[in-house]
Amino acid sequence: MIQDLHKSFGSQRVLAGIDLVVKRGETLAVLGRSGTGKSVLLELIVGLQKPDSGSVRVLGQEIVNLDWDRLNEIRKKIGFLFQSAALYDSLTVEENVAFPLARHTKMSEEERRTRARELLSAVGMEHDLEKLPSEISGGMQKRVGLARALALDPEMLLFDEPTAGLDPITAAEIGKLILEQQKKRNITSVVVTHEIHSAKIFADRFVLMNEGKILADGAFDDLRKSRNAFVTEFLREAA
Amino acid sequence: MLAVLVSFFEWFGELGLFCKRLAHAIFVPPYEGRELIRQLDAIGSKSLPLVAMAGAATGVVLSLQTRDSLTRFGAKSMLPAVIVFSLIKESGPIITALVVSGRVGAGIGAELGSMKVTEQIDAMEVSAVDPYKFLAATRVIACITMLPLLTLAANFCGIVMGWISTTLAQPVSLRYFIESGLKHATFSDFLPPTMKTAVFGLIIGLVACFQGMRTKGGTEGVGRSATSAVVLCSLFVILADVLLVRLILVFF
Repeated sequence: MIQDLHKSFGSQRVLAGIDLVVKRGETLAVLGRSGTGKSVLLELIVGLQKPDSGSVRVLGQEIVNLDWDRLNEIRKKIGFLFQSAALYDSLTVEENVAFPLARHTKMSEEERRTRARELLSAVGMEHDLEKLPSEISGGMQKRVGLARALALDPEMLLFDEPTAGLDPITAAEIGKLILEQQKKRNITSVVVTHEIHSAKIFADRFVLMNEGKILADGAFDDLRKSRNAFVTEFLREAA
Repeated sequence: MLAVLVSFFEWFGELGLFCKRLAHAIFVPPYEGRELIRQLDAIGSKSLPLVAMAGAATGVVLSLQTRDSLTRFGAKSMLPAVIVFSLIKESGPIITALVVSGRVGAGIGAELGSMKVTEQIDAMEVSAVDPYKFLAATRVIACITMLPLLTLAANFCGIVMGWISTTLAQPVSLRYFIESGLKHATFSDFLPPTMKTAVFGLIIGLVACFQGMRTKGGTEGVGRSATSAVVLCSLFVILADVLLVRLILVFF
């Protein structure tokens, strides 16, 4: 739950009083133009940034001034897929997915490898275990990033532009993968994107941001009925 | 001019905050033992050939340059002592530190800079892994640990090559060369200068990690970080040497 969140970088105001509640098991798509603070919102949710003011409650806990150890306990319950997947480039695909398991579980090496292979198989990457991130395509990196985000069985998933830079077919595949994992695990998800077509595949609810504020919030049909000029124009241009 | 001054103080301010987080990462458990061992290998073992060559070259140059000068003053018999003392007191430590600044400083600056701009450091933090512990502390501790050992290797190679170079001009046994060179050497001639390289290691690790982890601006930023890491590491090592030599003279 986010209450009256404000964030600026120097003189640039990015978030100007955001209020947002995401229900457990819900998939929320955060839409908006590039540079409207959508990614910053995700970074605030996971504690990579601190807000100038306001409250951020994640999985029932206020995180704004939480100490490092307790914040990390919450982070272990969150999976994050970065826009560029952010795979560790000196580790293989399998090692990338096994990394959080090695850090935060008592699994043996064999158990970690088995679990990593299961996760990679679920995203269609079981044949590329020994490859480095530089040796696979952008779409494949996103799949591996998704597998890594799911490694610790998170209660919440955050996606930063999961389909950005991908061709329409691959974008649809990633969207379907996200939907499949959400249905299977019933995880709360927040997806930041500017691609409505992909968002419609997996989102239950949509918010549209502009100039640091939320202009519309609801199911997609509710957004289409909005009388706000920006909302109408955004949906028209995205169609 | 004012902007440059502000930027100068901002850099030191940010470095101070970085040091605070790094100190917490180094001294407070848990520790990253496995990653530390990997860094000891990457920084120590893989720098050894380069440092050994640099030490060897320094030994040869010292032999060639000082032989003629000492002959002029009728002190040719002092040549082994001059080579050995020069190496262990100053040349060995500073050459080792500058070679490692170049190789390791640039490597760390580029590696961490690349991780920063591709969000790998953010991904690590979001995975509840402290990047200061995993990336920075391990590299700093590895630099502090390996610099004195690399200096010993450089000194050894310098002394051996110094002997070979001397012997080519006028045959001298290795035993005589080393005995003569170390005859008047004391604890304060050897250990403090070797251990000051631990301070050099701290400077190299700290500055390189700091520059890497604050990289901005894509691949151009990574290049800038690598370059600035080498330049600043070398500069601070030389300045620190002035201070440390003075302290060694006072306390030892």
